[in-house]
Amino acid sequence: MKKPEEEKFGIVSRREFIKGLGVTAISTVAAQTAAVAQELEKANAEKVIGPGAVPVTLSVNGQNLQLQLEPRVTLLDALRNYSSLTGAKEGCDRAACGACTVLMDGRPIYSCQKLAIEAQGHQITTVEGLAANGNLSPVQQAFIDKDALQCGYCTPGFIMSVTALLQKNPRPTLAETKHACSGNLCRCGTQPHILQAVFQAAGVSMADKTEVIKHV
Amino acid sequence: MSSWPSNPKYISGSVKRVDAPAKVTGRARYASDIQAPGWLYGMILRSKWPSAKILSVNLDKALKVPGIKAAVAVRDAPFNVRFYGEEIAAVAGTSKQACLDALRAIEVKADVSKDFVVHESDAIKEDSPRVWEDSANAGAPRAHNKGDAESAFSECAAVIEGFYTTPVLIHNPMETHGSTVSWTDEGVTSWASTQGISSVQDGLAGALQLDRSRVRVLTDFMGGGFGSKFGPGAEGVLAARLSQQAKAPVRLMLTRFDQNLAVGNRPSSFQKIKMGATSDGKLHAFQIENYGTAGIGAGGDSGGGGGGANIPSPYLYKVPNYRVSQTSVAVNAGSSRAFRAPGHPPASYGMECAMDDLAVKLGMDPLEFRLLNDSSEIRQREYKTGAEKFGWKEKYQKPGSSPGVIKTGIGCAGAAWPGGRGASYTTGEAQINPDGSVEFRLGVQDIGTGTKTVIAVVAAEMLGLTPEQITVKVGDTNFPPGPGSGGSTTCPSVSPVVYDICANALQQLQAKSGLPDARGDNWFPACKKLGVTPLKVSGQWQEGLASGPAYGVQFAEVDVDTETGLVTAKKIVAVHDCGLIIDRLTLASTINGGVIMGMGYALYEERVMDSLSGVVLNPNFETYKVSGISDMPDIEVVLINMPERGVVGIGEPATVPTAGAIANAVANAIGVRVYSLPITPAKVLAALGKVPAPVPS
Repeated sequence: MKKPEEEKFGIVSRREFIKGLGVTAISTVAAQTAAVAQELEKANAEKVIGPGAVPVTLSVNGQNLQLQLEPRVTLLDALRNYSSLTGAKEGCDRAACGACTVLMDGRPIYSCQKLAIEAQGHQITTVEGLAANGNLSPVQQAFIDKDALQCGYCTPGFIMSVTALLQKNPRPTLAETKHACSGNLCRCGTQPHILQAVFQAAGVSMADKTEVIKHV
Repeated sequence: MSSWPSNPKYISGSVKRVDAPAKVTGRARYASDIQAPGWLYGMILRSKWPSAKILSVNLDKALKVPGIKAAVAVRDAPFNVRFYGEEIAAVAGTSKQACLDALRAIEVKADVSKDFVVHESDAIKEDSPRVWEDSANAGAPRAHNKGDAESAFSECAAVIEGFYTTPVLIHNPMETHGSTVSWTDEGVTSWASTQGISSVQDGLAGALQLDRSRVRVLTDFMGGGFGSKFGPGAEGVLAARLSQQAKAPVRLMLTRFDQNLAVGNRPSSFQKIKMGATSDGKLHAFQIENYGTAGIGAGGDSGGGGGGANIPSPYLYKVPNYRVSQTSVAVNAGSSRAFRAPGHPPASYGMECAMDDLAVKLGMDPLEFRLLNDSSEIRQREYKTGAEKFGWKEKYQKPGSSPGVIKTGIGCAGAAWPGGRGASYTTGEAQINPDGSVEFRLGVQDIGTGTKTVIAVVAAEMLGLTPEQITVKVGDTNFPPGPGSGGSTTCPSVSPVVYDICANALQQLQAKSGLPDARGDNWFPACKKLGVTPLKVSGQWQEGLASGPAYGVQFAEVDVDTETGLVTAKKIVAVHDCGLIIDRLTLASTINGGVIMGMGYALYEERVMDSLSGVVLNPNFETYKVSGISDMPDIEVVLINMPERGVVGIGEPATVPTAGAIANAVANAIGVRVYSLPITPAKVLAALGKVPAPVPS
């Protein structure tokens, strides 16, 4: 079996990074902590922003949003409460439910865990940005066709996760689909229909799981 | 008596949810999305003590925080708080950040010397601290008896005893509770995340001492409720008071933490059951002593839809001799609220587990044992149909006889729901315009079950139009009133009303246009004859078009890893009677949802309280586990279409039997009973004797 490719964090992988930190290295780091902190403080001295509102420019769905935000404002908060883009939803505000999922440079992220100032210079896509010229995306259409939503509050988050999955992997397996949506919660219980919708959007047919029996 | 069309074009078909396009594009505006002009952010300060006397609440410093426009205490101090998370004060300001700063600036003085109790097994003891000073935590047990249970047990060939327990569950809809409220001289407008616009209107009018006509509630879209969102809640009233003080609209949505502490839950149950059958396999004697907690609300019987801790018992079965005794126990925790089929999921779990345990003792197949003792013809049919789909006969093995480390087991359970027939006071109206466009207006709300779609389907069918040609408006208290979305009542409430509106509309159009039949091709010519005046038609609920009760049975197949204790639900077959199916697509969604919520009850969900600090230990989604997409079993939905029964609601029965079926499948797999929900790996391993039993919390 092929070993899965290790996820890279910046230029070193997590494993390489941890391997690189021997016991000696850790104790050295500890001894140097104070010095490092001082260096950091010096390096950041000119860059400290806030705590008051600062100008922030976000590129969302191909358009620039010019906002005045305190640096502690999250991307989700900026979208929902400082612009009219309320498609991304707040379900938990702590990276546990996925209702706030948006794409950043094509990758799904929890917008509640990204400060708006950090999102500057990146391309943000929200659920409002998926329908081009009023034409629904195949994922959006599949969610409608398979009734992959009930109250609909988790729906934008699921749609963004599925959109990112299919861009990377146009014919995902059931296991890959479940993995890609594992960071999204739904309380109404639409998951079976979401799985059907993903397969429709990927061009694969899936058996209908509902049967109607006439009463005699 | 009215009757539904016999060869429908849209009814019983698969019409796509009419508001799905708005939901998949982000266009749908939920209560938490409302941005009223000049709106402020609102937040609540909650008690960090499980029981305390609040001596003073000083808001001065909070009001000086930049951006803060209003601050209110819930009431004048001194007052008591009785659970961790109870509301103390609230603030409104120009940003969430300002509100967070202001909450920290509120000064609360409290006497925290009061004792508290958070576990029902402690609270029920004589010497327990009291939640309410003037009354005991446990009320006098409610008894109801039939025959002579005591002597009947001695006539039984087999008797089992078991202590079956279920935890407190949290509703956790994806959109938390809350609203935007604007209180001006004209009155109050509330954009509320609610499943009952009329009950929010009543609640606000009462709490704010306003005439009902001066309160308007709007709910275009809302993100789930499951029984917990009928009234305005303390948060709705606080939003109104903040709005009045700030002279601006205030959006006050709860945090996920707030949601887990203070806005309802499903009561626990501790069911000590003794049950016996005669040698021919007939139930003969039954006895239950049950207690559970509804938090600080002691609650009463909840069979009909309240929020108390009592359960319907002996549930589905007619036992000639029984003794039932149960009581609600108050603890220092948030009060319960109706939670999808109040009382029934714990009742089904306890009774259906006892049924399997007794069948095993009698040496009978548990399905055969049910068929022998369940007098409902509809459930008999559902069991037989489901068993065939599921392959019960081929799959059934004696308990514990599955080979290997990972053992497979199967189980089944039944449901009843007394409601489902709809609210006869439901009304509605339609405006038919000369250009043929038509708008239906009903003062109900769509909780996510597809109420708007049901209205469009019925209207299209009756008028000979397509569902796309019907405009549906709900979620406004200015429309003719209807019931809250609860108790499986909405579909059977609105369908007959739309039927009646359409019948009246066709009659009036015929009279005004002279055309013999205004349906279909004649619709537009007939409407044109209206000239310049739109036609307004109203309608009432009609007898004969909807009915109850609802039934249902479910079958479950599970894998149990006897080394790790992990239970995986593999397959669920859900068989439900639906009367006349209105929309097959949204109906299947509702049943899937019921099953998945039931699976969470069986395997994952539980509110955990800490007895030393009195706090809820898992008030968020990282630690309160709901079923995720990776946990999904293969769910097959079998709908028995019975148009002759009219429309029957399905929201509640779909979630009732799942936990019992899964629990029975686990017992069948491993050959021993796990007596307590959720069936965690630790409890499975303890039941197998591989680890010591977990210490009850």
